[in-house]
Amino acid sequence: MQKTFRIGGIHPPANKWSAGKPIVKADIPAQAIVPLAQHIGAPAQPVVKKGDKLKAGALIAKAGGFVSANIHAPVSGSVLKIDEALDASGYKRPAIFIDTEGDEWDEGIDLSPEIRRDCSLAPQEIIAAINRAGIAGMGGATFPTHVKLTPPPGHTAEIVIINAVECEPFLTSDHALMLAHGEEMLIGTSLLMRALGVGKAAIGIESNKPDAIALLTRMAAAFEGISVVPLKVRYPQGGEKQLIDAIVRRQVKSGALPISAGAVVQNAGTAFAVYEAVQKNKPLVERIVTVTGRGVSAPANYLARIGTPLRQLMEASGLTANPGKIISGGPMMGKAVASADIPVTKGCSGILVLSPDESRRKPMRNCIRCAKCVDACPMGLNPTLLMNAAEFAAWDTAETNYAADCIECGSCNYVCPSNRPLLDHIRIAKGKVMEIARSRKS
Amino acid sequence: MENKLIISPSPHIHSGDSIERNMYGVLIALAPAFAASLFFFGLGALVVMTASIASCVAFEYVITKYIMKREPTVGDGSAILTGALLAFNLPSNLPLWIIVLGALFAIGVAKMSFGGLGNNIFNPALAGRVFLLISFPAQMTTWPSPGIFPLTYTDGATGATVLSMLNEGASQLPGYADMLLGRMGGSMGEISAIALLLGMAFMLVRRIITWHIPVAVILTVAVFTGIMYAVDPVAYANPLVHLLSGGLLLGAIFMATDYVTSPMSRSGMIVFGVGTGLITAVIRLFGSYPEGVSFAILIMNAVTPLINTYFKQTHFGGK
Repeated sequence: MQKTFRIGGIHPPANKWSAGKPIVKADIPAQAIVPLAQHIGAPAQPVVKKGDKLKAGALIAKAGGFVSANIHAPVSGSVLKIDEALDASGYKRPAIFIDTEGDEWDEGIDLSPEIRRDCSLAPQEIIAAINRAGIAGMGGATFPTHVKLTPPPGHTAEIVIINAVECEPFLTSDHALMLAHGEEMLIGTSLLMRALGVGKAAIGIESNKPDAIALLTRMAAAFEGISVVPLKVRYPQGGEKQLIDAIVRRQVKSGALPISAGAVVQNAGTAFAVYEAVQKNKPLVERIVTVTGRGVSAPANYLARIGTPLRQLMEASGLTANPGKIISGGPMMGKAVASADIPVTKGCSGILVLSPDESRRKPMRNCIRCAKCVDACPMGLNPTLLMNAAEFAAWDTAETNYAADCIECGSCNYVCPSNRPLLDHIRIAKGKVMEIARSRKS
Repeated sequence: MENKLIISPSPHIHSGDSIERNMYGVLIALAPAFAASLFFFGLGALVVMTASIASCVAFEYVITKYIMKREPTVGDGSAILTGALLAFNLPSNLPLWIIVLGALFAIGVAKMSFGGLGNNIFNPALAGRVFLLISFPAQMTTWPSPGIFPLTYTDGATGATVLSMLNEGASQLPGYADMLLGRMGGSMGEISAIALLLGMAFMLVRRIITWHIPVAVILTVAVFTGIMYAVDPVAYANPLVHLLSGGLLLGAIFMATDYVTSPMSRSGMIVFGVGTGLITAVIRLFGSYPEGVSFAILIMNAVTPLINTYFKQTHFGGK
């Protein structure tokens, strides 16, 4: 039997319409809008000013702390301004606007298609290269990668897990990446193993991608310690804790870090970015973005520069006149954006365009206590109880029932026959519980 | 276009499951048992079913619209289901006015006075049945004898149920084939074991219920009555007789699995099922009532909040 995680989970229709489509190089945007907060942690600090001429790949903002990431120019051109710009968060936040001129790259960046496999760098040098390149988790959570490669004292990594699950419906960017750049991804994986000093890596792929499983299994034979693990299709298998449970049968305890189970999980796209950073000296300035949904006529996978407006990619895929909802990411965890003109960022794995009739929620009705949300929750929580706790501001009840463990996967909302906004309420409870826990510590 | 984009928190898709899908799903699952009832009890079954559903729906409509002053919700199917389940728990020769009273208690007292669907503590159909059993013991324990689509209602021949025969120490019980098919006296929906099990299979496949409650109830009764039978086969009936007679299967499959009044975790469901099975068996073997499923489920309904507190779902990563 195929492996999978042991608690909860759902089976939404896959709708992977762009699966098997090649990666199309998107046009370089006339203007790139590069937000300074594309990662979890402190925003980056700009090191350029208005009027500066830049080549693609040049550093434009330095990490604003340990949990932060560098940002590089995704296009060559001149800095128009540093100003606020709307991003996927729905807020206006600082960004660097670059007017594109030509396509010149910084010296020392290897843009040749030649695959470089050998690496003689020490672990610290690999981590430094990853840090320099500004890599943050590319599955959507955008946690700075170098932080995960520096386990806190007392913890030792035993295995690198590559998250190539892509359990979100509609999205196919990781799938396309594996088919086109499987070998580079495997080299990236071995670099991550080397950086952490571990001898084992597992690449988790759901069994609805048999071509990627076959290809990578064949290629992985040439890499010591890397195995491909086919997984039973089940959402949210790409959740970090769920994936660790599926592959090494260990459940990270409430409040503990994934490293406590000996595992460091990195997204497939991140492994590829690590390869490019370490072996080709190329910073993270472009990524693969799936554009899909009923709101576009030609779903596709694009290689797009960071800072490209979503509108440009959607128009390339035949945006319909009247989209209902534009989502940065997948339908389960992606963010509905307020404008088509926000830019692609490091964590933007897809753009899902829904038609108006799919965009609205149905009216909420009474909870019938069917417990389908309890069965669906991959963290073993009771969503309807937590929603009640949030409604009545019973934060102690929320805390003792592990509201803070919610991974916001949305499975509870998805299955609820009464269309109850369970996750909306659990997010409130989670925020409040974490706030209370912090104030207790200080 | 810009100002027309819809913004909402994730998730952005839904399974399409609905209250209706579940309620009407249970009604479909009841169809085989109703067919058996029509076959053996004929016109009476049709009259009781129609009267029960019509009065449950009417009471819910009137109460929501004119007393609670809310938009009536009878379209969600839950009042129809309560009506059908109440009818299933009644003899098919019960006079109309008693059925209407039962529906009023089920909907008015057990369901709407608690706030309607989702808020009730006790299974409305069972509360209605037990109200009638206590108020009208003679009418509620006079069962018609099975025929082949008899065109009788209150005027047909009557007979005993298997359990009342046992209670009175009779030795001649119907054969197992008759008990499986449903050719025996009893409440209109409880007679055919095969039809009820077919309904359970449908609900399991459609994921309307999980196996935990029905299996726990049935196994507990089988084990308990099995032990007693092993100790003294003369005084106690074969466990198979207990499983196939009375309202055990109807209760275990359709009444104990009511979403609103049963626990939410799998372990809680097992506790609930075992408790229901134990109380049922104790009433049947040692009580003065021949049948105990209804009381057992209602007692466990009352314990459900406590079960929910102490038997929680398995938490990821342990406690």
